[in-house]
Amino acid sequence: MSLREIGAVTGIGETDYMRGTDCTALSLQLEASLKAIADAGLRPTDIDGVIPYGHGAVAEDFITNFGIPDLRFSATTPMGGASAVAAIQCAIAAISAGICNHVLLSLGRTGYSGGRIGTRVQQMPQFRLVGEFEMPSGAIAPAQLYAAMARRHMELYGTTSRQFAEIAVNTRRHASLNPNATMRNPITVEDHQSSRMISDPLRLLDCSLESDGGTAIVISATERARDMKQKPVVVMGVAEGHPDSPSVITQRPDLTTLGLAKAAPKAFAMAGVTHDDIDVAEIYDCFTYIVMCQIEDLGFCKKGEGGGFVQNGAIGLGGRLPVNTHGGLLSQAHMAGMNHIVELTRQLRGEAAAQVVDAEIGLVTGYGDMGDGSVAIMRRG
Amino acid sequence: MSDYTKLTPQITPDTKPYWDGLNAHKLRLQRCTDCGKVRHYPRPVCDACYSMRVEWIDASGHGSVHSWTTTHHAFHPGFKADLPYTLVSVDLAEGVRMNAQLRKLDPAELRVGMPVRVAFEPATDGLTLPVFVPAS
Repeated sequence: MSLREIGAVTGIGETDYMRGTDCTALSLQLEASLKAIADAGLRPTDIDGVIPYGHGAVAEDFITNFGIPDLRFSATTPMGGASAVAAIQCAIAAISAGICNHVLLSLGRTGYSGGRIGTRVQQMPQFRLVGEFEMPSGAIAPAQLYAAMARRHMELYGTTSRQFAEIAVNTRRHASLNPNATMRNPITVEDHQSSRMISDPLRLLDCSLESDGGTAIVISATERARDMKQKPVVVMGVAEGHPDSPSVITQRPDLTTLGLAKAAPKAFAMAGVTHDDIDVAEIYDCFTYIVMCQIEDLGFCKKGEGGGFVQNGAIGLGGRLPVNTHGGLLSQAHMAGMNHIVELTRQLRGEAAAQVVDAEIGLVTGYGDMGDGSVAIMRRG
Repeated sequence: MSDYTKLTPQITPDTKPYWDGLNAHKLRLQRCTDCGKVRHYPRPVCDACYSMRVEWIDASGHGSVHSWTTTHHAFHPGFKADLPYTLVSVDLAEGVRMNAQLRKLDPAELRVGMPVRVAFEPATDGLTLPVFVPAS
């Protein structure tokens, strides 16, 4: 038994993305959820499963606000930025088991106006070891912990900061085409190189945004999706993967390999497609280097060749593999990758602001919690 | 204690021998009493044989640089006065890795494989932190 083609994305919803809001994260999450449910042509009471992103709304909030009479399934997938795509697997597993029909995945956050994401790590239980043994030495934020992964890649493979810049510049170019992106002014490689150093080798323009907003999707049983309001976007393959030494990066045997390397072959095998079939890729981009590393771990090139892969327009519109066509976490908004799922859905519906011509099959990844990975491969229905 | 503004460890019975060791200027590692595998950071179970019986050994303190970062941004107010500071991940001779701040070396000179050794810095009452210095 496999989850291949069992579920489809049938609804997407986004609030305006902002850097500054008076709204609560809960209200943003519910607003986006209502939009996704309406987009699917459903009523809120049709939702019978919820997988909210961690640290936000809980199942009770949806029952209370939407009057859901018979919620049959609720779960969380606590994998940081890998949660949203991992939740696709969880939703389809629940649908496949016959537990529920329409699962709402949603996120709301006030990362700009509320507590900054970068400094919340110390309060999270999965980082207890980092908290006890590394934070007292000043190793506190993801930017610092991931910087050592990027440095190792540079030392082993000759990867350069200018190659990281290619990712930042490309992503901003895509954001400039997206009315719902918060950072739309184009940047150059030189802008990147002169941006201030955060934790060497990661500069300010290697880092994602802190944002306010909400994002949601609805996953439905594919057999029901055919009769729904939107053309379904069918999930062909999906998987999650956890790295060795998941909670402490410095203990990892290979600093340059993420959990995604374990998930990707499973997702491709389930989908029955090859890398050449992928028309567009929305790749979790908390930091530029993490995009490059995932391109390798997905198998689009060999380990160590990611720096060369991203150059010369290969990841732009019209390139070999258009990446983060919405502007990503780097330039659209940090919605923990839920916005990447929304964008892939738009691309495969043919409705994206920066549309890849004739996009039929694409993939979306999640990355988080120091190396967890998730990936879904989807096709237009 | 009250004027120390940096993050401090939440020490538990599982980890106290490690912190006590640092206060005595010893780097102590856990070794499985049953299969002999050395592990770090301290934790209750051996992932090779699942034994919970453990002994503490004094490490050589020698190792080589695996990777590093120099931080220029204060992610916590307690570390602002230290900026910039360099964190090194070090492969210890005992086969485990650990992370600590670098001392007595220009970070521009760091290379993968460079030999370093551990040193000890009193931080506040009852807390000593490890740091790494050039081996020579």
